[in-house]
Amino acid sequence: MVDRSLELFECGHRACAGCGPAIAARLMLKAVGTNSIIVSSTGCMEVFSTPYPETAWKVPWIHSLFENASAVASGIEAALKRQGRSEKVVVIAGDGATFDIGMLCISGAFERGHDFTYICYDNEAYMNTGIQRSGATPYDASTTTSPAGKRSFGNKRPKKDMPQILAAHGAPYVATASISYPADLMQKIERALNTPGPCYVQVHTPCATGWGFESEQTMHVGKLAVETGLWVNYEMMDGKVTKVKKVVRKPVEEYLKVQKRFRHLFKPVRQDAEIATIQAQADRNAEKFGLDIKVKK
Amino acid sequence: MPLSVGCTARPGKARGNRTGAWRTFKPDFKHDKCTKCGQCILICPEGCVEQREDEYYYPDLTYCKGCGLCAEECPAEDVEMRKEEK
Amino acid sequence: MLKITEGSFAVADAVRLSRPGVIAAYPITPQTHIVERLAEMVADGELESEYITVESEFSALSACLGASAAGSRTYSATTSQGLALMYEVCFNVAGMRLPILMTIANRAMSAPLSIWNDQQDSISLRDSGWIQFYAEDNQEATDLHFIGYRAIEDHRVLLPAMVCFDGYILTHTYEPVDIPTEEEVNGYLPPFKPYQRLDAADPISFGMYATPEYYMEFRYEIDQAMQRANEVIIQAGKEFGEHFGREYGSLVESYRMDDADTALVAMGSVCGTIKDAIDELRSEGKKVGLVRLRTYRPFPTMELKKALDGVSRVAVLDRNISLGSKGAVGLEVKDALYGSGIVVLDYIVGLGGRDIRKKDIAAITALVVQGKGDMFYGLRTEVL
Repeated sequence: MVDRSLELFECGHRACAGCGPAIAARLMLKAVGTNSIIVSSTGCMEVFSTPYPETAWKVPWIHSLFENASAVASGIEAALKRQGRSEKVVVIAGDGATFDIGMLCISGAFERGHDFTYICYDNEAYMNTGIQRSGATPYDASTTTSPAGKRSFGNKRPKKDMPQILAAHGAPYVATASISYPADLMQKIERALNTPGPCYVQVHTPCATGWGFESEQTMHVGKLAVETGLWVNYEMMDGKVTKVKKVVRKPVEEYLKVQKRFRHLFKPVRQDAEIATIQAQADRNAEKFGLDIKVKK
Repeated sequence: MPLSVGCTARPGKARGNRTGAWRTFKPDFKHDKCTKCGQCILICPEGCVEQREDEYYYPDLTYCKGCGLCAEECPAEDVEMRKEEK
Repeated sequence: MLKITEGSFAVADAVRLSRPGVIAAYPITPQTHIVERLAEMVADGELESEYITVESEFSALSACLGASAAGSRTYSATTSQGLALMYEVCFNVAGMRLPILMTIANRAMSAPLSIWNDQQDSISLRDSGWIQFYAEDNQEATDLHFIGYRAIEDHRVLLPAMVCFDGYILTHTYEPVDIPTEEEVNGYLPPFKPYQRLDAADPISFGMYATPEYYMEFRYEIDQAMQRANEVIIQAGKEFGEHFGREYGSLVESYRMDDADTALVAMGSVCGTIKDAIDELRSEGKKVGLVRLRTYRPFPTMELKKALDGVSRVAVLDRNISLGSKGAVGLEVKDALYGSGIVVLDYIVGLGGRDIRKKDIAAITALVVQGKGDMFYGLRTEVL
């Protein structure tokens, strides 16, 4: 059972007001507990939590580089095994570090089967460097390197399917979660920790600054992502989907219209074809995962 | 204080950074409709809400950045954001 | 025990005897025989280490970084392109003050692709904060692993080290090497005692970022540790001599320097050839000697100045080139001797496996006497 009163991430960190990843850090650590070693990649969370000498981490924590967290974790896990120690090794890395630059190290570590949990806090762009697109940026999101313009609706590609890629590596437990569903998130992390082998949890962490919404909307925006079917919370055991959060789906525009990164789909003129494309993505998710709760009328 | 070897640090020092100075709006926990569900503590990005002996919740204004999530997410609507007079 | 063995196997024995808790390595020519032999030792239970077969050199050193921070003695080996792929991690390891030891089987850098020897690979990492040892032969390569671990794990140092030995010329050569016993090594190299480590019982944050208020002082501290390493390595080398009878009490080695007016300065296996060439030159009455650098970082400025005191001219043989300038060792020697009046000329030699023969050493000695240098030596002008 997760001890909700456990506080392992301290006040005084420099995250933006309403920061999704800061909420994620607190919730993750409640589930991870004190007998752990955290490995962070370079990124927002690393920067807002560890300007020397002000660390916000009350558990052992290490940051090496942007792209090598899983390799560092491999070494730690091996050392702990050799020394007969019991700490759990947990990587916490952003989507850029996970989907893009860290891919090689992640693939290697998962293939080798190290006993560790990899948590990706996914805010869908390189936020620390100023909101540039990553392999996790959704279709049509405007970022500073995929700006909407006269000839562009923003990011041209859908999000990479990382959970599927890691499941294909033979990961025994893969899950997606959202900070907007804290109990589910903490339970999944706890499950990953208690499953031997390399496990992956991808956590949707809305970013007020990068996505363009007011700081008090962080949890609400995260809920809308799930309720529209654009983000699916599910679990996979040994490569098979075993549990899905079902919803009474809302139209995707309810999610899109509350964020500045999708504003160009509504202003100056409504882009029906683009919105329909995104709706089709949600519909495909619904079909693939059996998302829809049948409502009797 | 002499530098650590290799730029390491032990916990505790983050509290030296009083982020409450960032705030424009301040949460007012009314303790009126509060059902003591604990949602505000759980989702505060700062982790600066505490439950005291009276079982009600109080924000630590030394660190509260005034994001408004506690007010927005309180199921009982017991928290209100007010412009802070400084 | 003296045995005829390949350089790579002797090094693998040295690693086994050093008892690393974690090994992470990726195969690359001409380092492969080392890591294959270590894998065999683990498979046969001769070596109780966690051996991580990483997917790249980048991950090899990253895994070592994690293992070292978690408190284990760690080891890797690489060369050339592999070392270049580690570039970013190299700086990181040194800045985090993690005493990781790595063998470098020196090899040229691509392009053009070359699997043959020069020292461009490790030289290009000279600014990364790693101690760099260069071995002349396989006995020294073996011994430097023990001395290396002992020196870098000293809490006055806490820096990583590369033990460099020339690819093929040493890695694949069979020579008699005295491999000490476990008992002998255990008496010299104590178990690793980390200065600090990742530990749930005493949480600590590693790898924080430093604002302009702190960054420069952290860099200064690394340089200070490098300065202290001078003395610690010498001490470790002397004590090695007491334990094993082979003395390494200096960062430079002087050969027939007593009355020399012309000195050659070099690093690595070429020094064996140079010594033979010097013997011949001496028999012709030429007053030539050799000063061999055992470490390039820390650069042994004081010892080098002392060793070269009284000579008229110095020829530096560089198996590397800082393109657009000179050889990296030549630049350092010029700096060390600045204001002394000694003529220092640099010769770029032996790149990409080009042989350096005794007659080349004689020719370079003649060139430096004529005042001709700061040049590539031995170019095949017919293909230019």
